[in-house]
Amino acid sequence: MRERPDFPVNRGALCGKGRTAAAVLTSAARLSTPLVRDRRGGELRPATWDEALDRAAAGFDAARTAYGPDAVGVFGGGGLTNEKAYQLGKFARIALGTANIDYNGRFCMASAASAHQLAFGLDRGLPFPLQDIPGTDCLVLVGANPAETMPPAVRYLRELRERGGTLIVVDPRRTRTAELADLHLANRPGSDLALALGLLHHVIADGYVDDEFVAARTTGWNGARAAAMAHWPERVERLTGVPGPRLREAARLFGRARTGMVLTARGAEQHSKGTDTVGAWIDLCLATGKAGRPYSGYGCLTGQGNGQGGREHGQKADQLPGYRSLEDPAARAHVAGVWGVDPDRLPRPGRSAYELLDTLGREGGARALLLMGSNPVVSAPRAEHVTERLHALDLLVVSDLVLCETAALADVVLPSAQWAEETGTTTNLEGRVILRQRALRPPEGVRTDLWILRELADRLGTHEGFPDDPEEVFEELRRASAGGPADYSGISYRRIRETDGVFWPCPDDDHPGTPRLFLERFATPDGRARFAAVTHRPADEEPDAAFPLYLTTGRVLAQYQSGAQTRRVAALNRAAPGPFVELHPRLARGLGITEGDLLAVTSRRGTAVAPARITETIRYDTVFMPFHWPGEGRANTLTNPALDPTSKMPEFKLCAVRVERAQAQGAERAAS
Amino acid sequence: MRRPRIAVVGAGMAAARFAERYGALGGTGTVTLYGAEAQRPYNRVLLADVLTGRLTPGDIALPTGAARTSTRAEVVAVATAAHTLALRGGATEEWDVLVLATGANPVLPPIRGVRRADGTGLARGVHALRSLADCVALAEDAARARRAVVIGGGVLGVGTSRALAVLGCEVEIVHQGPHLTERHLDADAAHVLGAGLAALGVESYTMNRARAVHCAAGTGRVSAVELASGYRLDCDLVVLACGVRPRTALAHAAGLAVRCGVVVDDTLATSAPDVYAIGDCAEHAGTVHGLSAPAWDQADALAARLSGTGPDTRYTGSRPLARLTAGPLEYAAFGEVDEAADPALDVLRLSDATRGSYKKLLLREERLVGAVLVGDVSTVDALADAYRLGRPVTDEPLHLLVAGG
Repeated sequence: MRERPDFPVNRGALCGKGRTAAAVLTSAARLSTPLVRDRRGGELRPATWDEALDRAAAGFDAARTAYGPDAVGVFGGGGLTNEKAYQLGKFARIALGTANIDYNGRFCMASAASAHQLAFGLDRGLPFPLQDIPGTDCLVLVGANPAETMPPAVRYLRELRERGGTLIVVDPRRTRTAELADLHLANRPGSDLALALGLLHHVIADGYVDDEFVAARTTGWNGARAAAMAHWPERVERLTGVPGPRLREAARLFGRARTGMVLTARGAEQHSKGTDTVGAWIDLCLATGKAGRPYSGYGCLTGQGNGQGGREHGQKADQLPGYRSLEDPAARAHVAGVWGVDPDRLPRPGRSAYELLDTLGREGGARALLLMGSNPVVSAPRAEHVTERLHALDLLVVSDLVLCETAALADVVLPSAQWAEETGTTTNLEGRVILRQRALRPPEGVRTDLWILRELADRLGTHEGFPDDPEEVFEELRRASAGGPADYSGISYRRIRETDGVFWPCPDDDHPGTPRLFLERFATPDGRARFAAVTHRPADEEPDAAFPLYLTTGRVLAQYQSGAQTRRVAALNRAAPGPFVELHPRLARGLGITEGDLLAVTSRRGTAVAPARITETIRYDTVFMPFHWPGEGRANTLTNPALDPTSKMPEFKLCAVRVERAQAQGAERAAS
Repeated sequence: MRRPRIAVVGAGMAAARFAERYGALGGTGTVTLYGAEAQRPYNRVLLADVLTGRLTPGDIALPTGAARTSTRAEVVAVATAAHTLALRGGATEEWDVLVLATGANPVLPPIRGVRRADGTGLARGVHALRSLADCVALAEDAARARRAVVIGGGVLGVGTSRALAVLGCEVEIVHQGPHLTERHLDADAAHVLGAGLAALGVESYTMNRARAVHCAAGTGRVSAVELASGYRLDCDLVVLACGVRPRTALAHAAGLAVRCGVVVDDTLATSAPDVYAIGDCAEHAGTVHGLSAPAWDQADALAARLSGTGPDTRYTGSRPLARLTAGPLEYAAFGEVDEAADPALDVLRLSDATRGSYKKLLLREERLVGAVLVGDVSTVDALADAYRLGRPVTDEPLHLLVAGG
């Protein structure tokens, strides 16, 4: 592993996960041969590639024949390269003919994506390069903890403050990021929407509205203003738990700043009101003229390696390559043309990620599933139920590099190549398309996902259109994306190699790419940004007498997502060996809990067990669990799959729980 | 099924909230708000900000979703059996469901000279502050006024006094009670509040009653307020802030059960089928709240029921928090206030004269039953939660007094 100090995104800085990423490639846990299970309840045994692929294709075909094409589901991941994400979408629609494809990115940035589309007509994580962040006068981070989830970004925050800029962090926990802030608003979980409206209220009352900008570049201001009036300071104080004077101070800091940015992450987005929440923060930017201008704007911090590119090229249920809509007849015609099929052959939009998982093995749901680059047994909400649904499948096929918890349930496991072993592009949160070039040969017995898709397509009767050469796939992706919102048609491997990546949209070979969006106009039909007229609503599940506390979930520095990769690296496990439950000393005292006690955390969906970690950095009404681990400490056993009506994002960040000592609970059970 | 026609009598905060929530929850009925005022629904809580010019009258409109609002449409009669209502001017409208959100009227105290001799309203220079029209008229007068007397030292009187002081008036509060805002604060807290007012140039005369309002012979404009003691406060502006009374005449005439307010049960239903009442006009479990938070709780509950998303939702009461924010003056208070009323109450008090803050907690059997914060409200969230949840707080209650404590 070598750093590249001249690379503009991270200036060479890597976090522990990046520095140790090579260890994943050579991990003893690495799979090197396909595995199959001969019968339900039997053991996985090594098999040849032909046997495994035949078995998978026969199972897909059987499900298709018995129940129709939508009975085969495909579940992708935000870590897949653009080429794989593109090919997976094409595989689903062409080789399988199924509507049911979605991916774990639905659990990641879907709410921000929806709000982006609604407000700006375009969804790109950041409308500006990361390097602009230190140049803004006031940065608000909402439910974002880059100090632990994206550590190289911290240098931008430090620089911002050194330059005299102001950092405001909104988070129920005093995270490492919050420690860096000038002002930390420790609001109640689920109140980011009300907080944004409260700020907008102050912005109006204290004269920080940029009337000229609102008049020239937006529509819908009256609705947003009325929504802010329904969130007057005293009411917002009750909803958020943030004392009125602090809210007003935050509004003053943001309002009077010449330039300002708001960046959200999962803390604000993973709610059944995630889309509206992001919309309200965008409203704040629009009202103050802090959008579509240099060093200003709203952005979303990505959660996965290819979180941006992964959602642009068709592994989302309602989407075609180039960020086109599967329901738009012109988009269907264009992509069908590139694929050489009749547009009518393209399925309609299918189920969103959780809905897809929830209906597995049921009437009308998928009976066979191909899963690539995801580990829902650990990472899906209401994970015990999702695990049951996976068990109910006639066939589960998983492509992964290790036997992750979901692969362990599979009937067919296909060992796939990893990041340094195959070439492909990813698109980062800036919309910068980056080329990741192959440095090593995959281990003996391992194949690339593109090769696997080609072989499966072939066995399913589609003998053309699934090359396994990444550049060939990218060339087709360029054509498929041409004219779409995420237009890659001017981007080539050669151009990326010669530069530090190319920003989409880039519609032709001579186009320089677009590092900064919206400076002239927004991507809506009339060029104006749209205010969201949204109001606060409670979470799907608020604490009550039986489940009196909020549970919120998140990450720790040394682990990543479901841990499929990072839990295989010794150095990372030393730093973060297992799950825990964070709680406030006062809550701990009230419950008679001391540091390290094994706690049972129970929601309406199940119980998770993990040791107590007592800290004053969390609200007294909230407990926190990281979600990287399987088994009895699995946080997602508890989480609530209530979905955002627009983005279909589950409510990971908030559910109601009760907390007790695990031993005591065991004793009670024994006594009863 | 035909889309039910929901008529809401009133276009105030409870009405707007109901309309907005009903639409947001996917209610399929058509909602019409009938409001006597000229404006579409607005946020009454913000009138003091309009008075100071911090907000404009146009700023404070509230969202109502897809509901239709009829302005200048005063409902003069309701026929519950016929399911109709009559508007001033003679029009009759039909409804399937009726929601009374008629709000409250300001109380006009029995003070000689408050009304014009010819009965056409308040004397010149005398104002109530309940509606946006009141507010606009008061702001116009206040711009020319030099000395104002505010009659009534409750939360509205205090907030209005501060607003008038910001506008450059000398202000005097005449208050009958033993101290300012005695419904929310104890004497010590009120003293701290009074000191804050004094620093803004507002004098308070408590345990004083206004006996008469005098007008100048030539202009007909108010010139002085005469106290019961005979003392005269010269002034050119008077604001009446003597509380409000639920507006129930319509319900009464329609034959609905009315006590202090229109009587409703946990479903917010009145004594007549298909007729509901919410907000300041409603009396639930013997209580008329007259505050916005309970009004919104009621509106939310009714919207959940009528939209079909929460047909079993019940309104079981509110534990409202009294909260004043008027520039530098801040207080939060709830629950019981007076420890002298019950020897079983434990008291925790923290008073910081230099910072102008005062805090008091009342505990009964280790549970928080009331609190007062003046000046520094940084622990209001922790307090409100402890009060709402009713958990014992013996464990280091200091954190309830001091942020980070």
